[in-house]
Amino acid sequence: MTIQAPEGMELIYSRPESLAEMHTHYCPGCTHGIAHRLLGEALDELGMRERTILVAPVGCSVFAYNYFDTDACEAAHGRAPAMATGVKRTRPDNIVVTYQGDGDLAAIGTAEIIHAAARGEQITTIFINNAIYGMTGGQMAPTTLPGQKTRSSPDGRDVEIAGFPIRMSEVLATLPGAAYIVRRSMHDVKNIRKAKKAIITALKVQEAGLGFSMVELLSSCPTNWGIQPNEALQWIEEHMVPYYPLEDYKVIEAVKNL
Amino acid sequence: MPVDKDVGVNDTMAKQMLKGNIAIAEAALRAGLEAYFGYPITPQTELLEHLSKRMVDEGRVFLQAESEVAAINMVYGAASTGARVMTSSSSPGISLMQEGMSYIAGSELPVVIVDVMRGGPGLGNILPAQGDYFQVTRSAGHGDFHPIVLAPASVQEAIDFTVLAFDLAEKYRHMVIIAADGQIGQMMEPAELPEMKPINKVRPDWALTGANGRGKRIITSIYLSGEEMETFNQKIQDRLVEIKLNEQRWAELYTDDCVLLVIGYGTAGRIARSAVEAAREKGLKVGLLRPQTLYPFPDDRISELADYTEGCLVVEMNAGQMVDDVRLAVGGQIPVSFYGRMGGIVPLPDEILEAIEDTYEKLTIHTPK
Ligand SMILES: Cc1ncc(C[n+]2csc(CCOP(=O)(O)OP(=O)(O)O)c2C)c(N)n1
Ligand code: SF4
Repeated sequence: MTIQAPEGMELIYSRPESLAEMHTHYCPGCTHGIAHRLLGEALDELGMRERTILVAPVGCSVFAYNYFDTDACEAAHGRAPAMATGVKRTRPDNIVVTYQGDGDLAAIGTAEIIHAAARGEQITTIFINNAIYGMTGGQMAPTTLPGQKTRSSPDGRDVEIAGFPIRMSEVLATLPGAAYIVRRSMHDVKNIRKAKKAIITALKVQEAGLGFSMVELLSSCPTNWGIQPNEALQWIEEHMVPYYPLEDYKVIEAVKNL
Repeated sequence: MPVDKDVGVNDTMAKQMLKGNIAIAEAALRAGLEAYFGYPITPQTELLEHLSKRMVDEGRVFLQAESEVAAINMVYGAASTGARVMTSSSSPGISLMQEGMSYIAGSELPVVIVDVMRGGPGLGNILPAQGDYFQVTRSAGHGDFHPIVLAPASVQEAIDFTVLAFDLAEKYRHMVIIAADGQIGQMMEPAELPEMKPINKVRPDWALTGANGRGKRIITSIYLSGEEMETFNQKIQDRLVEIKLNEQRWAELYTDDCVLLVIGYGTAGRIARSAVEAAREKGLKVGLLRPQTLYPFPDDRISELADYTEGCLVVEMNAGQMVDDVRLAVGGQIPVSFYGRMGGIVPLPDEILEAIEDTYEKLTIHTPK
């Protein structure tokens, strides 16, 4: 169904063509939906939909392959960067995007993301950091904050037992193969705008063949954090942003000229 | 170890001395291999080394992955785009690949995987062995599936089966494993390579290429509802029935009048042949059946032979794995004995001959038909 503007009015907002016409299964207030929309808009604006091959993860966004109106495949837990490597190496003219949660990217798939970045793999990763394992019902993630209560850290993450959360953008930025690594957040409109700009830049980096690009997005999980969606956005700002600063961690010279 | 420069440069069809691993690599390349992903492990490494040069020279994809886990998932991605793709490893590496192999099976993708088997369990050793029989035929990953498994017994057969592997994989949209023991990978013998075939640029109608001027395509192994999952499971089972019907392969010798049938595959089958020849010279009516496909197992032929044979002797380089399939195939009609060496020790013809003589004696004394 294409949305049409009433007589005499201009249509200023509709579903991006890169998003399929269907409902998602995301919880109300979850920012996975916003991230999908941003990626969809970015692909539309860059005219990349027809060329894109999406690699979906295991996590709440496992069905991302349904939600984008692009060719897509579904990787094993954490292996999206390896699968994307196989896709990109055999289809170098396609735009290859992985969409991964923090358990997927920063725990089980740490080796795959580090080596994809190290090789300068010409792919773009959208990294959803919600500091929890959403899909399996709210266990501790590698990004869970110190003291944060989860189903598997019921008294709060004890760094003596579980160590400290990993800052993946900072880690990946140390690798020469990485061309563009930034962290953004989706907790308010201003930050959402910045997030979209970053996604567009990351896709342009891939198009120009400059190397690996990743946009980390601080994201909410009201369901498993056990708070209201609006409180969850506030929680991102108050608790996550201080530990995960919203910065550009790697922007090589060539990216600035894009 | 330097890449064998003669191979690939010398494009003639004449026989040349070839090491098994290099022969498989070169045969795959000539069969139109578009992408290779792998990780070094003995006794398979020459295969990867050979392709590291040849694939790049031919402008094709070669990538040394960070692990076998990554390698198989790269294969998964490349296969999703419809490319002819292969990986190779040896036993411990195949264990790591099982996750990806299961996803590949669940996505019905044609891929070729080479397992140059070594001694195990654990790190084991780098000697030739056949201890992965169960792993490749039975448990190549979680869930309900079997790959097609080809077991070469010579360098020439390794070459021929490599070409066949791609054809079978694409014909059935099914995974094919070439289960070669370390001996096949490491030995050199004269063999003939196939002619160079160009890459097939035509993509199948399920391949991910970008939804340009057509609806989107999805490669996934998820079937959420029980009904959907079972329908898919049934689809795999139906295909396996078809594969069992069409693809059982074996070689046989002296089976017309044999009292004792010796069954062995790969290197064990080859050495068993020498033992069978020696037994014949001694006047014993011994025949040989060498399965070339371990899945589908040539049970139709074995069951047929059981009708007029008095016993079987299975020879393997393990503690006895294929012997279970032989027992299933003969269905209790005749006794099945076993002779195996473990630890990566290759049995000698004389040892097998002794086992043949023992079994033969028992058969002719106790169970005359
Ligand atoms: C090999 C394997 N181990 C464990 C799981 C179970 N599992 C599914 S999703 C998930 C965690 C996902 O968390 P994250 O990546 O943070 O994504 P989110 O759901 O929060 O979006 C786990 C552990 C699995 N599917 N496969
Ligand atoms: S469980 Fe959390 S991350 Fe998953 S859809 Fe719900 S709110 Fe979003």
